[in-house]
Formats: sequence, C-alpha cells, structure tokens
Amino acid sequence: MSTKEKAWWGVAGVAIVLYALFPIAWIVSLSFKAPSALNNGDFLPGTPTWENYSLILTGGASDLFLPALRNSFGICLIATAISCLLAMFAAYAIARLDFPGKKFILGTALAVAIFPVISIVTPLFNLWRNIGLYDTWPGLIIPYLSLTLPISIWTMSAFFREIPWEMEQAAQVDGATTWQAFRKVIVPLAAPGVFTTAIIAFFIAWNDFVYGISLTSTEAARPVPAALGLFSGASQFEDPTGAIAAAAVIVTIPVVVLVLLFQRRIVAGLTNGAVKG
Amino acid sequence: MASIEMKNIVKKYGDGFPAVNDVSLDIDEGEFMILVGPSGCGKSTLLRMIVGLEDITSGDMVIGGKRVNDKAPRERNLSMVFQNYALYPHLTVFENIAFPLRLAKVDDGEVQRRVNEAADVLELHEHLERKPANLSGGQRQRVAMGRAIVRQAEAFLFDEPLSNLDAKLRGQMRTEISRLQRRLGITTVYVTHDQTEAMTLGDRVCVLRKGKIQQVASPRELYEQPVNLFVAGFIGSPPMNFLPAQLDGSRLATPFGDIELDERRAAAVAGRDLLLVGIRPEYFEDASLVDEAKRPLGSVFTARVDVTEWLGDSQFAYIPYEAPDEIRTQLRELSKELDAEELRTQAIVSIDATSRIREGRDAEFWLDSRKVHVFDPTTGENLTRDAEAGAALTRMAAEDRIEQVQSEQGQGISAA
Repeated sequence: MSTKEKAWWGVAGVAIVLYALFPIAWIVSLSFKAPSALNNGDFLPGTPTWENYSLILTGGASDLFLPALRNSFGICLIATAISCLLAMFAAYAIARLDFPGKKFILGTALAVAIFPVISIVTPLFNLWRNIGLYDTWPGLIIPYLSLTLPISIWTMSAFFREIPWEMEQAAQVDGATTWQAFRKVIVPLAAPGVFTTAIIAFFIAWNDFVYGISLTSTEAARPVPAALGLFSGASQFEDPTGAIAAAAVIVTIPVVVLVLLFQRRIVAGLTNGAVKG
Repeated sequence: MASIEMKNIVKKYGDGFPAVNDVSLDIDEGEFMILVGPSGCGKSTLLRMIVGLEDITSGDMVIGGKRVNDKAPRERNLSMVFQNYALYPHLTVFENIAFPLRLAKVDDGEVQRRVNEAADVLELHEHLERKPANLSGGQRQRVAMGRAIVRQAEAFLFDEPLSNLDAKLRGQMRTEISRLQRRLGITTVYVTHDQTEAMTLGDRVCVLRKGKIQQVASPRELYEQPVNLFVAGFIGSPPMNFLPAQLDGSRLATPFGDIELDERRAAAVAGRDLLLVGIRPEYFEDASLVDEAKRPLGSVFTARVDVTEWLGDSQFAYIPYEAPDEIRTQLRELSKELDAEELRTQAIVSIDATSRIREGRDAEFWLDSRKVHVFDPTTGENLTRDAEAGAALTRMAAEDRIEQVQSEQGQGISAA
C-alpha cells in the first residue's frame, strides 16, 4: 500500500470514528451542562458542572438511580453467567454429538431470538403477577435468558465447530474421560468464544428496556434503562435531560471497561498451531 | 506391548454401507503392520476401531488377550499419532507431551523424567517451553510422537502421520519412525496410502480394498507373489503392466509377441482362453543391452516407443498397445480404483539409463518371461501365484525382524 493510499484510509477511518462517536460526545457534553444551558445549542458546555452527576449519585435522583444500577449489574451478570453455562453445554452437543432434533433446537433458538419482545410482554406481565415473579430479580433474569440464550448458543456452537475433532479424540486416546477432554482441551480452546459470547449476552441484557419497564414497579428489581425513563426534573417545568445524560454516561462506562478488559481475549486465533496449517 | 487380534471385524455406517467388511488380522507383539489401500478402502476406519474412536458393528477386537470392543479409548492404553498431529495449542510442548501422564496422575518428578527422556529421543529439548504454533511441521510431528511414546502404551497407532510433510522431511521422519519402533520394540499399526512408506516400514503389509483384506504379507511377497490383479497393480511404482493374452498350449500370444510359460505356470492356466499377463516394468530391457547369457530366458519383440523419460539413474519408455474392449474397460476400472486415471492402454517399461532408444521409432525390447504372472481377467485372481515361495519370503522377513529387534535392544541396554 502506498503512502497516499494509507493516508486516505486514515482519513476515512477518522471520519467514520468521528461520525460514530459524535452522539456519545454530545451526551457527555450534555451531562456537564447546567439545566439552564441545556438548550443553548452549544456543543461544549460553557461552564462545566458536576451538578447532574451529584444529582443522580447523591442528590434527589439517587434513590431512583443507585438501586437501579445495582439491579442492572446483578440481574445482567446472573443472566449472562447462566446463559453462558447453558449455552456452552448446548453448543457443545450441537457441534459434536449426533442426536435427533438438532436442527430443530437451532431453529427454535433462532425463532425465539427473532420473536418480538413486545408481543409476549403483556401475557408475561399477567403470568408473573399471578405466580409472584413480578418485580423480582428472577422475574427479569428468566426473560433475559430468552434473549441471550439463542444468540449464545449460535455463537458458541460456531466456535466449537472450529475446534478440530481430533483434539478431543487425541485427549481421549491419551486417557481422558469425555468430561476431562471437554474441560482440559475444549474449554480452554473455546475461551475466546466464551468471552465473546458472554460480552454479547451481557450487552443484550444490559440494554433491555421493554422487559425492564414492564415487569418491575419498584426499586426492588428496576434496571437502569427503565429508571432513566422515570427521571423527572426538579419541577414539572424543568427537563431532566442533564440527569439522564449523566446516567447514560455512567451506564456506558461498564460496557467500555468490559470491552477493553477482554479485547485480547476476544481476538480469536488461539487454535493456531493445533493442526498443520 | 501387546498383540492385536481382529476377528471378523465389520463396520457398517448408518446407511448400511460396510466400510470395513469381515476383516480378520493378527498382529504379533512388536510387529510393524502397515494398513494400505486407495482412499476409501477402510484403512483409517479400521485403525480407529482398534483405538476405540469408532464403534465396531460386529466381530471381536482383542488386544493383549482381552476383548476390548466395549472399552472406551482411554481404557485401551494405546497411543496414536493423528494425521494433523492434534497437538493442544494452549499447552507448551512440555505439557503436550506430559498430557497423558498428567491425566494418569503421575507425580511431578516422574513426569519431568519421562518427558525429558522422550525429548532426548526426539531431540526436542530446546523447544520444550514453546507453543505448538511456533514450531515447524517436522517439529510438530515429533511432539505428536513424543506424546505417543511418553507412556508405556500397549501399541502405537499412526494415521498417515507423514502426509502433511514435504518430501524431504518425509524421508527423514520415515527412517526416524522405523528406528524408534525397532528401539522400543513396540507393536505398531501404521495407516498410509503411500507405497514407499508401506514397503520400507512394514514387517508385514495388509492391502485393503473396499473394506476387505486382499493380502497380508511381507513387502517382498506382495511384490513378487501378489494374490490378485488389485494387489499387483497397487504395489510397485511405476505399476505393473497388464497385457491381454490368448492362450495357445503353453504359449501366450500378447501384443508384445509370444511368451513361453514354464510347466508349472502352463498347468495353472490351462484350459482358459483370454488372459491378462502382468509384467513389471523392470522385467523389460532394451534388447541390444541384454547379456547374451540371459537372452534365451526371455523373448524379444519390436514395438514403437511413444515417449521416453530419462531420469539419470534409470529410464522409462511408454509403449502403447491395442487391447480388446472388455480388457480395456477392465483395466480402466482397475486404474480408477487405484486412484490413477489411466487414459490409454500403454506399457511402461524400465530400460537401462544408457539405452539410446528414441521416441517415435521402432525399437527392439527383451522381456524376461521367468517372473511374469498370469491373471484371470474376470475375477482378477493370480493364476500363477506360488504360495510357497511367497510364504518363504514372509518367513524370512519375520526372522529378520526378530534379529533386528534383539540387536537394537541389546545395544540399548549396553548404551544404558
């Protein structure tokens, strides 16, 4: 690639990054603006203030925001862990074993994934109220599993299929039980796949709004996206935009941190050298 | 170390197709057995049934006197080298080799000692801390072998272990495997489709075709006394030439002149009409270069040479010939089965490298008729096979092996 070509790629890349990051920059800027400056149309906050952050973390909105943050973390982590574990076994079976109904399971998983959330939320609301799951953590974890499991099964079975069969057979010949072969050979090799899947699953759960707003009513289980919708200004004439922006920035942070932490793990290519290239 | 006995082994897949069909084979303790055949002949399936990665539909698999049909691979205590090596990419070379020992919960000091011992044998010492991804093909191959020899397995199984290496390395590893097997004196089953490997490595070679054993014998016996058309065509490179022949008393009329058969052969083929004569390329010679004393033992004929190939140490000439349609289709089918696409009926003859026979001209050839074989064109059976002479060759090979193993192991002890 010539220098000129490289320069063009660089320029194009920067342009795309700017375009993609602009809304985030706008949110960050909003979160530092005073309520009176919200509508002044300036990109940069003239006099940056921590007012919005203190409002949601220690001030009037903290009753709403902090429990929601705790709920979101707890519910999403549990849902991710369960769905990864289940998906790992399911995907292994789908990738490795020959059993009747394999296609059916994959098909059903896909069907569940494309089923619109909004259409089942009303019956679910009634059902949950009757059996006492309404406004509880399990009441959100279960529907979140229905969102995260299909995609987890699909991504992980793709990863498992990439791992050469011989690896496992070699382990078995070397004296491993099926379980040992799975744990000592397949799982370490599938680790990048598991991490990728976990992150995707976490994001899906973290970003959910419809279940969050419909199946909760108090701070017992309400997650952040739902809580954001319930923010109100200091008076009914005041917009809560600043507080919402600050909360949005705060909930974006874990996502960014997660990706940075596992960036190297996500990059696959661990199977290099397993077999002759 | 153990013997392996197979009794009427059958492997049928879901669609009822028998990939391995009624195979009975005894492999002695310490013997190097080769399973060879064209692709799809069931050789790999058979190997995988020995190791337990493939279920056995019917028959008995007996290893070291115990029936193992229903045992899991890990209970059979065999070690295997896979075609693509199947190294564990997340473990270092040391841990790769130590893997079977770790599973067996061998204590750390013993693991160290045994892995180092294996690394000594395979010259892997400077690579022990590296990951398989950073090794060359030959080194990976050695790591796979290290993993196989590190524990005291009952037998080694190789599944085309050299097919992923380039030609030069393949030659080196071949002698390496042969030396290792002799030194350890361990029962070995080796699957290959490569003739050179089959001929050079094996004490005995088992030729398979469509899941059925054709012949089990020493390489020499296979070459000199093949049991049928298939084995004759499969063993040897360039392959044996098959010429159509009409029987007339004790005389065979072929496109390359008449061949006089000796009494034994004449009796064996008597009463038939159309036959196939199998002649190895090296039974031919440029007639002008044949020793006067040898000349009367064969016949001389004239033919037009199509192409010659001079290779320095040897020379090949291609001579096209006419064959009846039924023979032609028969030969075409055979060559297809042998993974070769022979388009024309032509004989490949080996002539002296100094011969000045030229392409496109008529030339005089001499044919050594003492060693020709005569086949039944419909069944493919070798009518002139001398079973006794063949068995003698295999017996000699077995004696050689015992002697070799004893001297190797004697050396090993004195070196230690």
